[in-house]
Amino acid sequence: MSSEKTEREPMFSAKTKKLLIGPLNKDNPITVQVLGICSALAVTVKLEPAFVMAVSVMVVTAMSNLLISLLRNTIPPRIRIIVQLVVIAALVILVDQVLKAYVYDVSKQLSVFVGLIITNCIIMGRLEAFAMANKPWDSFVDGIGNGLGYGIILIIVAFFRELLGSGTIWGFHVMPKAFYDMGYVNNGMMILPPMALVVVGIIIWVQRSRNPELQEEN
Amino acid sequence: MYSNGYIFRYASIMVVLVAALLSAAAILLQPAQERNVKIEKIQDILQSANITSTTANAEELYGSHIVKEIVINSAGEELSIYSNGKFEKGNQRAFELDVKGELKAKQELKSGKGKKEPVFPLFVCQKGDQQLYIIPLYGVGLWGPVWGNMALKSDLNTVEGVTFGHKTETPGLGAEISTPIFESQFPGKAIFDSDGNFVSITVVKGGVANSNLDPVHGVDAISGGTITSNGVSSMLKNCLENYVTYIKNQKAI
Repeated sequence: MSSEKTEREPMFSAKTKKLLIGPLNKDNPITVQVLGICSALAVTVKLEPAFVMAVSVMVVTAMSNLLISLLRNTIPPRIRIIVQLVVIAALVILVDQVLKAYVYDVSKQLSVFVGLIITNCIIMGRLEAFAMANKPWDSFVDGIGNGLGYGIILIIVAFFRELLGSGTIWGFHVMPKAFYDMGYVNNGMMILPPMALVVVGIIIWVQRSRNPELQEEN
Repeated sequence: MYSNGYIFRYASIMVVLVAALLSAAAILLQPAQERNVKIEKIQDILQSANITSTTANAEELYGSHIVKEIVINSAGEELSIYSNGKFEKGNQRAFELDVKGELKAKQELKSGKGKKEPVFPLFVCQKGDQQLYIIPLYGVGLWGPVWGNMALKSDLNTVEGVTFGHKTETPGLGAEISTPIFESQFPGKAIFDSDGNFVSITVVKGGVANSNLDPVHGVDAISGGTITSNGVSSMLKNCLENYVTYIKNQKAI
């Protein structure tokens, strides 16, 4: 460990930048790795909870990546999944308690979703695939990057679902009254979970047609 | 590479550490959390009487507006009256009553399992020259509890305002019960018919206009939130009926 310190990498080398930016596009946890779909369906009816969920997941992924990476040389491989789960669950409960004590309004808004972070497979996936084999700083950046990649899809999906389903953005009415007078109605389907899957599908389609290297050959 | 002993030690130490951390957090944060819950309850009560408060001035507004806290039993007798910081009668504060527990006691008494006589809270609110009666509500939605407060005008029949809250209803569907769009349907509705019989207020699937219910006793349900809407209906009926005898006694005087 000590010999590594003599040749320190800069805070943001090309490698760490790739860790941060990669998940936003070609390495996206939802559209490419297809992780965390479940919560993407559940919290994207409105923009606000989707945003808070995105931030919370980012915090938890980054912190648990950091912790597991610090502990990685002491964790016995046979119980590594349990250790990871304990770290995630402890962090999530801690976040939940702090939210309840200091920002009660936000915590009421999120209610069940905070608990759902524990079951988000992106976090587990990153711990197992990255933090167990990489240095703390890289792992932390990887967690932030994946949280961002998850969040951006959540926000895009929530934007369309809220706009088309309720005619609002962040709770404010944006659909002009004239539209409704002409016979436009809010699409109730958009509020239901299946449409989130369709929106995610469309995002994957757009992304793949723009990045041919993502397409499988068959 | 790692012995069984190491694994056991590792797991035990980890569990103890995490448990200590979480318990410490829970104990340290508990006073702040309980305060938040209390202030929220105060704000809900005030909101049902259309008194807007902030977390900072909620307690002060509660002191100046809620002139009386009454505890009644099913026979309509006033067991406790708490006013201006002291008890005029009895020794129970309506604010501290747990509506959920009292409703459970009522169920158990009915089915013969319990012996405890349920009691119910009632708040009297002075707003300008109006006297409002605020009734706390508690029921079950689709995923978890729903609750609320209903303020009645001084005729103890017409609704002045309501608030609803929920723990885990679906956002965009059942959760809409706590939005102004749903709550604003209630003011002006009546819980008794013109003959003085208790009918409650029903949340009607498909809209009140399309049903054969008198529009003064019904509000429109939420599309896609039928079970939550039904939950609100039965909560209103189940909670308001406890006050019927009391209200009739008051009117008879």
